[in-house]
Amino acid sequence: MKAVKEEPNALGIETVDPDEVKQTLLAKVPTKVARKRAKQIVINKTGEDPEVPEIGANTRTIPGIITQRGCTYAGCKGVILGPTRDIVNITHGPIGCGFYSWLTRRNQTRPAGPDDYNFMTYCFSTDMQESDIVFGGEKKLRTAIQEAYDLFKPKAISIFSTCPVGLIGDDVHSVAREMKEKLGINVFAFSCEGYKGVSQSAGHHIANNGIFTHVVGLDDAVKGGKYRINLLGEYNIGGDAFEIDRILEDCGITVVSTFSGNSSYDEFANAHTADLNTIMCHRSINYVAEMMETKFGIPWIKINFLGAKACAKSLRKIARYFEDAELIERVEEVIARELPEVEKVAEEVSRRCEGKRAMLFVGGSRAHHYQELFAEIGMKTICAGYEFAHRDDYEGRKVLPFLKVDADSRNIEELEVHADPERYRPRKTAEDMERLQSEGFRFKDYDGMMPEMMKNTLVIDDISQHETEKLLEIYKPDVFCAGIKEKFAVQKSGIPMKQLHSYDSGGPYAGFRGAVNFYREIDRMVNSKVWKYIKAPWQESPELTARYACD
Amino acid sequence: MRKVAIYGKGGIGKSTTTQNTVAGLAELNKKVMVVGCDPKADSTRLLLGGLAQKSVLDTLREEGEDVDLEDIRRAGFNGVVCVESGGPEPGVGCAGRGIITSINLLEQLGAYADSEKLDYAFYDVLGDVVCGGFAMPIREGKAQEIYIVVSGEMMAMYAANNICKGIVKFAEAGGVRLGGLICNSRKVDNEREMIEAFADVLGTQMIHFVPRDNMVQRAEINRKTVIEFEPTHPQADEYRTLAGKIEENTMHVIPKPMHTDDLEKLLIEHGLAG
Repeated sequence: MKAVKEEPNALGIETVDPDEVKQTLLAKVPTKVARKRAKQIVINKTGEDPEVPEIGANTRTIPGIITQRGCTYAGCKGVILGPTRDIVNITHGPIGCGFYSWLTRRNQTRPAGPDDYNFMTYCFSTDMQESDIVFGGEKKLRTAIQEAYDLFKPKAISIFSTCPVGLIGDDVHSVAREMKEKLGINVFAFSCEGYKGVSQSAGHHIANNGIFTHVVGLDDAVKGGKYRINLLGEYNIGGDAFEIDRILEDCGITVVSTFSGNSSYDEFANAHTADLNTIMCHRSINYVAEMMETKFGIPWIKINFLGAKACAKSLRKIARYFEDAELIERVEEVIARELPEVEKVAEEVSRRCEGKRAMLFVGGSRAHHYQELFAEIGMKTICAGYEFAHRDDYEGRKVLPFLKVDADSRNIEELEVHADPERYRPRKTAEDMERLQSEGFRFKDYDGMMPEMMKNTLVIDDISQHETEKLLEIYKPDVFCAGIKEKFAVQKSGIPMKQLHSYDSGGPYAGFRGAVNFYREIDRMVNSKVWKYIKAPWQESPELTARYACD
Repeated sequence: MRKVAIYGKGGIGKSTTTQNTVAGLAELNKKVMVVGCDPKADSTRLLLGGLAQKSVLDTLREEGEDVDLEDIRRAGFNGVVCVESGGPEPGVGCAGRGIITSINLLEQLGAYADSEKLDYAFYDVLGDVVCGGFAMPIREGKAQEIYIVVSGEMMAMYAANNICKGIVKFAEAGGVRLGGLICNSRKVDNEREMIEAFADVLGTQMIHFVPRDNMVQRAEINRKTVIEFEPTHPQADEYRTLAGKIEENTMHVIPKPMHTDDLEKLLIEHGLAG
């Protein structure tokens, strides 16, 4: 277990007492709300005890608080299956849900050839009307599936339930079964009604369970490649997966499937033939890796391609797993070829960025991974938190046995998975696994974000608009990272804001070339003079003065 | 125009009581519109002499937005205007939302306009107040006056008490008031006294005690109200009396619903525990 790094006064914020900040954040909310929020606002401290403190996470946002979070439907349709190109994703619901979850995350895709399908540029919805709500929407859904099939002849069609579908009780699963039989293609549905969970995290779970149940394992053909891995929890925002693929290919590592950046139906169906699962975003997909290990015998490791050093470390870890001298050598060659150029830029950018301070409030892993990139150009993360992560993403997997199972987590189906009688094949013997572990190689490892953050940094789960504004006021960070909902409120206060969901218009930021892109982008943002000129006229000289007409 | 909603436990006789009472009002030369708020669309059967009615929602579905008032209402006994809201088949869609849709449509089309010269609009509502849609007639002032059909059976009284809770909820915002309990007798022991006592605790009145009579069933099988089927039968007079009492009624209250324990005590006091 790692201790929190001891770096007194390393924040350059020694004048700020984090306890006082916490009290300020809580001051304006009612006592009961403050009690709940207090558990979600944690000062990363060590003192005598080397353990990171416990944080409240994955609990319902209190109504009235302006949260960053999205809904279950958004997590299922938008995040997990949004990046897949050749499944026709039909939103069963009124038109807004489908439209506003369409391509907003800038997921990119590269069809294999001119004959390959790409439906990402289409937005499919049943466009429910009032009469469908009153009389039920199953008929319309059936018609929509038929129409999609007639027009596109896809390999698979999936259906996403929005809130009203759950309220009126349309049986999307029986419609899916019926149409699957009728059309002879794979048709499956998700009960991912927006209200269903604490956050989009519930939607990720429902989506991944669905893909695991209905698709993974359908194609047993072992295709080419000597070192075959799956990349789990990578969503190809701004082309991240392309850069990762480039590096892995140079190393001679074959990506059997990516969940779900630049992914395709056939890759999902074939995923169980890989020999290693590597996890980027622990939050959105660790359970898929667990299930694939139980069912097919594929071990999993945590990796991270954000940050040049992390990228090199991850490549070495994969090579180490395969225990193959040729691969180890090739990985070293690639790192030796790529890293110096990246380090040169990092050094140059560091001259302007050194000591500047960042805040990251995003995702279920991004707030952690991007700290690496900032550190590489000498920037410090002074506050961070996730939107929808759970305690294990903050404190590490060691807390898993102690997580409380509440009504909300019960609401999400836990699949019971057993070893597949035909397909289960341990990729390494128990002895080999043990030996590797005794040599310091870690399977299923994730220590979480907090152990890697400095002492006295603030860790805040599900940060609110009010808390964001207060933090900006108190710390005046040099850059703030979150999503589109936060972007303009932050910029209005004169602080540059980088979107780490959609990357604004930038990317890729993963891999070696991605790191260079990120350094340059942050350099441009934090060193821009423009923010000094945004004071509104009335802040300089108020236009109106007034006084009471009588006392 | 007085807007009246009839609530009560499922199967208590709301539709029968409503239609017979409305027939009584029609005899008094009152112009009445009955809006059936039950997906089964059987609230106007006795007034129309059968289920000939095309429901608002069916019409809306078939004709689209372009619906005329005349497409969805029919004239029944003595000129009573009959409308059925309709709704989905059991287990499908959202009947509550359907009622909201159809009442809104009726309003848009001017079914309640002064030019219609209505004296009464009656809403016959499905069973209990199960969701927001079924509460529609008592929300936003759609109905101002509620009558609850009840009998001396325990579950009927439970339901009546629950409906009162619903009325309290909307009374402040929508101005809805309870006009009284209509006891549709099931020949339970001490029924009259018990319902009178119940009404008293609720702060309302038992507006009429309708005795049980097989004539009601005979009229019903002939698709008629008692007043139309056997105008001289004493049961017809019971409904005429009820109609007259509603016409004269000025007692409109916000009820004081009982705690379940107190309700059970009341039942025991009146000898139901035996």
